[in-house]
Amino acid sequence: MIATIAFYLFATLTIAPALAVIFARNPVHSVLWLIVAFFNAAGLMLLVGAEFIAMLLVIVYVGAVAVLFLFVVMMLDIDFASLRRGFTANLPFGIILAIVLAGEVIVAAMSWKAGPTLSGHAIPAAAQPNIVALGQLLYSRYLFAFEIAGLILLVAMVGAIVLTHRSRGDLRTPKVSKQIRRRPGEAVRVLDPGVGEGMKL
Amino acid sequence: MIGLGSYLTVAAILFTIGVLGIFLNRRNVILMLMAIELILLAVNINLVAFSAYLGDLTGQVLAMFVLTVAAAEAAIGLAILVIFFRRRGSIAVDDVNRMRG
Repeated sequence: MIATIAFYLFATLTIAPALAVIFARNPVHSVLWLIVAFFNAAGLMLLVGAEFIAMLLVIVYVGAVAVLFLFVVMMLDIDFASLRRGFTANLPFGIILAIVLAGEVIVAAMSWKAGPTLSGHAIPAAAQPNIVALGQLLYSRYLFAFEIAGLILLVAMVGAIVLTHRSRGDLRTPKVSKQIRRRPGEAVRVLDPGVGEGMKL
Repeated sequence: MIGLGSYLTVAAILFTIGVLGIFLNRRNVILMLMAIELILLAVNINLVAFSAYLGDLTGQVLAMFVLTVAAAEAAIGLAILVIFFRRRGSIAVDDVNRMRG
């Protein structure tokens, strides 16, 4: 009973904020609604026992991706009102398209048993914690895919830095290589100025 | 009790909202990226629901990889957005086809 209530609560609170994301006038509000949607999707995943994915959703999406979005939205000085032109023009056709697509996907989801029979059974009681089981699978059978995932993240990080980095001409940063190349012999001169002669500079 | 169908329905609605968001906000790239995140979230819900239903953890492993790719995609997409804005002073994607390398 409580699981049913929790499911409908989380499902409603995932779908309604998702609608708010695409209909909000202010993109900052969109990002905040996105965070709400992700939190409740994490709740949905907790209900079926996928604890690790749920936590990952909160950490990665809310902690990293949403903050990244918020950062960019606030950093760029964009006239968002002009970007909404064409919104109402697209609306009727878009709604029709969405209804058709939703009907199609729901029909497909309901008739998934029409394919080769899958051995559908109730969720088995977990013999070990979700994270332990997932880790054992991840570091044995899917080790290669796991490494590739890490590589993708590395490439994405390097790519993002390369794309957005710009060298500014008006900065007076120290030239490190020149500083390192200096030797004591050429940097310091010991002089013995005679009486009455000035220091040569 | 909540069955697999309920989860699939939630994911289907979420997916549709994502597609609708891309369709409606044709000029605003930031909202398009957010809509893509919603679509990937729907995919993840499907994967996790099937993983629980079939008692097979592979779905959750795959959901993790989807999460990884989604994060990478968001980072790259926003980086491209930033340089696009720097160059053109706007993020309206209607006139992207006027951009010459």
